[in-house]
Amino acid sequence: MSTDLEQFYQIFFEEAGELLAEMETRLLKLDILSPNPEDLNAIFRVAHSIKGGAGTFGFTDMTGLTHVLESLLDKLRKDELKLRAEMVDTFLRAGDVLKNQLDGHRGTGSADPAEVDAVNRKLKELVADTVSNSATSAPESVEESAPHTVNTAEQAPMSAESASVAGNVTTYRIEFGCADLGKSVMEKLLIDLARQGQLKNLSDPDNEAICILQLATTDSEEDVWEALAFLVDPANLSIKIDKSALPAADVPGATLECRQEQQTVETVSEQQDMQLSEAVSSPTAANSATQKTQLPAKKAVAPPQHKPSADHAGSVSGESSSIRVGVEKVDQMINLVGELVITQAMLAQTASQIDPVIFEKLLNGLNQLERNTRDLQEAVMSIRMMPISFVFSRFPRVVRDVASKLGKQVDLKTLGEGTELDKGLIEKITDPLTHLIRNSLDHGIETPEKRKALGKPAHGTITLRASHQGGSVVIEVIDDGAGLNREKILDKARSRGLAISENMTDQDVWMLIFEAGFSTAEVVTDVSGRGVGMDVVKRNIEGLGGRVEIDSITGQRTKISIRLPLTLAILDGLSVSVGDQLFIIPLTYITESLKPAAEDIRTIRGQGRVVEVRGEYLPVIALHEIFGLEPEVHEIHEGILVILDAEGNKAAMFVDTLVGQHQVVIKSLESNYRRVQGVSGATIMGDGSVALILDAVGLVNVTKQRMIHAA
Amino acid sequence: MLLTQATATTTAAGESPDSIRDLSCSEFLIFRLGKEEYGIEILKVQEIRGYDAITRIANAPEFIKGVINLRGVIVPIVDMRIKFNLGAAHYDQFTVVIILNLSGRIIGIVVDGVSDVINLDTENLRPTPEFGGVIDTEYIIGLGTMEERMLILVDIEKLMSSSEMGLLEPAGK
Repeated sequence: MSTDLEQFYQIFFEEAGELLAEMETRLLKLDILSPNPEDLNAIFRVAHSIKGGAGTFGFTDMTGLTHVLESLLDKLRKDELKLRAEMVDTFLRAGDVLKNQLDGHRGTGSADPAEVDAVNRKLKELVADTVSNSATSAPESVEESAPHTVNTAEQAPMSAESASVAGNVTTYRIEFGCADLGKSVMEKLLIDLARQGQLKNLSDPDNEAICILQLATTDSEEDVWEALAFLVDPANLSIKIDKSALPAADVPGATLECRQEQQTVETVSEQQDMQLSEAVSSPTAANSATQKTQLPAKKAVAPPQHKPSADHAGSVSGESSSIRVGVEKVDQMINLVGELVITQAMLAQTASQIDPVIFEKLLNGLNQLERNTRDLQEAVMSIRMMPISFVFSRFPRVVRDVASKLGKQVDLKTLGEGTELDKGLIEKITDPLTHLIRNSLDHGIETPEKRKALGKPAHGTITLRASHQGGSVVIEVIDDGAGLNREKILDKARSRGLAISENMTDQDVWMLIFEAGFSTAEVVTDVSGRGVGMDVVKRNIEGLGGRVEIDSITGQRTKISIRLPLTLAILDGLSVSVGDQLFIIPLTYITESLKPAAEDIRTIRGQGRVVEVRGEYLPVIALHEIFGLEPEVHEIHEGILVILDAEGNKAAMFVDTLVGQHQVVIKSLESNYRRVQGVSGATIMGDGSVALILDAVGLVNVTKQRMIHAA
Repeated sequence: MLLTQATATTTAAGESPDSIRDLSCSEFLIFRLGKEEYGIEILKVQEIRGYDAITRIANAPEFIKGVINLRGVIVPIVDMRIKFNLGAAHYDQFTVVIILNLSGRIIGIVVDGVSDVINLDTENLRPTPEFGGVIDTEYIIGLGTMEERMLILVDIEKLMSSSEMGLLEPAGK
């Protein structure tokens, strides 16, 4: 029994986790004075979905809490209560408790029972505090609302919900494919449903693949849906209101409904016609038609027959449709598409040698293949890309909590949330960013009093900005706080015995804070100041192939920029040849390539060579010397110099010839071999051969060091 | 008895007990290096292919010939003949590359030729004598006898992950 349900647990955990995250985002967005009803509804739906799921799996602790949460939210969205700041706080706390409870069921943590109690009590207090001036609207006449509610996707669950509040019994017809459900799962499901109301099994004994149930219940369509959704594939599930007894709950609708009433008569007859025709056409419909006539106590109005998909959309209204796929499946797909691109390139190369007149059709086909492959590649690559708002959305909460703990007033501004980057990066950037933000809050932003004394607004501002710059994504954390203090950092560095000098540039001084164990905070708070962290931040970001930069004006602001590669998988590169080997230079580091004149080449002490490019002397990196190859040209002025700009350090790379520009799929050398100095990876060329991708930054830095030693 | 000894050596060298093959029913792929015949466990072999274009890797030891593209995977190629100084390292249409899959890592080895796959029973196994051979006895499971032939059975996984091959990141770096 339990083994059958286990596979659904995971789904529930994942979904519930996501729902809680959504709830938090919405809560933080809420404007206390005039809350957006849509947000309230969304939050309510979240609480409701979790309750439903938790109920199905028997996680009673979660059901209990969500129930109270739900009742309060229900009152809020019906305007029976005014939203207050303490409610939002309590909701956030409740969200945390639910998260802990979820972890508890997952076996990775536990909820503090005292906190659970406290939150529960607080919620109940808030519910009891109802301002009972808002009248619950009188139930309207019934029949007209039914077809319309079902029709309008957005409203359906809402009105259905009101039905349950009013205590009306609604009959649902539930159909779903049960071929892949285990017997025990089915049993549990039936028991669960039977608990909600009167259940009739109308399944055709001959057709075991489809299960048809009729349920008369006071619960809303949403409730029924939630009870089923975790067990049944929603794509195969359809819930229809069989006979409706819905009150039109909302007053504004009343005038409208008067008009609708007149229409209803026609609608009814139309629908009956429709039903008749359908009854003839399919046995299932016939079944449902009979079943409807069997219920004389209720009005003979039947909702129009919908396609299951329409109903489905109604029940999960407002949620974007998505499917859950394992990352490894996506990666496999990316690999396969990479292969396809290579194969296509190989075909194109072969085809370029055949007679275009005789093989016209073949060539046309190949052209089309090329286009399709490119589109496919782009589409597949975009699967892995996610907007950075996935990371940013968690920070309002962090800022809110930490700021209130520290007694500071801080606004968080986020810009460029739509900037997309690789999912792998998204996951790994979260922790370093959190750390930077906490740091800004603690050390950067001053207390309101201090800020006022300094003539600054009492509210500090932290700005998070993401943007694309060339081939990278830049994420900036900017605060208008105290800025970094050069003297303090230098003092601290001296006392820690770090190698420093008075005439270091500000840039270099700021970078000192990334040293391990470095903290200038006078007081170690529980937020930060222990000096662990900044070094970890830097290490993590460098591990992702990114860089950190600090820019600060003492007393005014600090800006920490993180520069990350757009994706870990693909790269624009220039292929160059040295001897019989091809190398790829990442295009982002190339500023230009040129054929130098012999007199522009100079030597320094007969060792290092430099080239003069428009008045600037650049060190020459001879690729064949580094890789021990036999080049075709030995004299620099006979070959080509590719000017590289890697992180502000410039150098000229000496190669035989330029071959072409490619978009290459980065393959790891390290997965089967190990790191190679000067090489950041490998790729597969159109002819199937392997080319190494040069580590421009590494090569330039090594050469710079060497030049310094030589000079 | 002999078997236990061989097994014990492997265990002592840090392999988990699970990975110890039951040698009584192991099949071995036999390849030639110069005049000697070596055997490696057939389950470690992914495929056998010819020798073709290889991309050299800078500053790699001489026995690492470079990397190839094996259907989208970059695979390093080790020439065992150069590594063990056995036979002349020439490359022609008969040169064979054995692609090994060692717990997920894919490595190719160049050998002089592949002869057959044999099933060795316990009674055909002899313990490794203490000799100063080209391969450290640490990496030899035992000696197999087949009629008049002597087969050196190599623990290829252990050999390839050893530091002297330089295929893995040196520890502590």
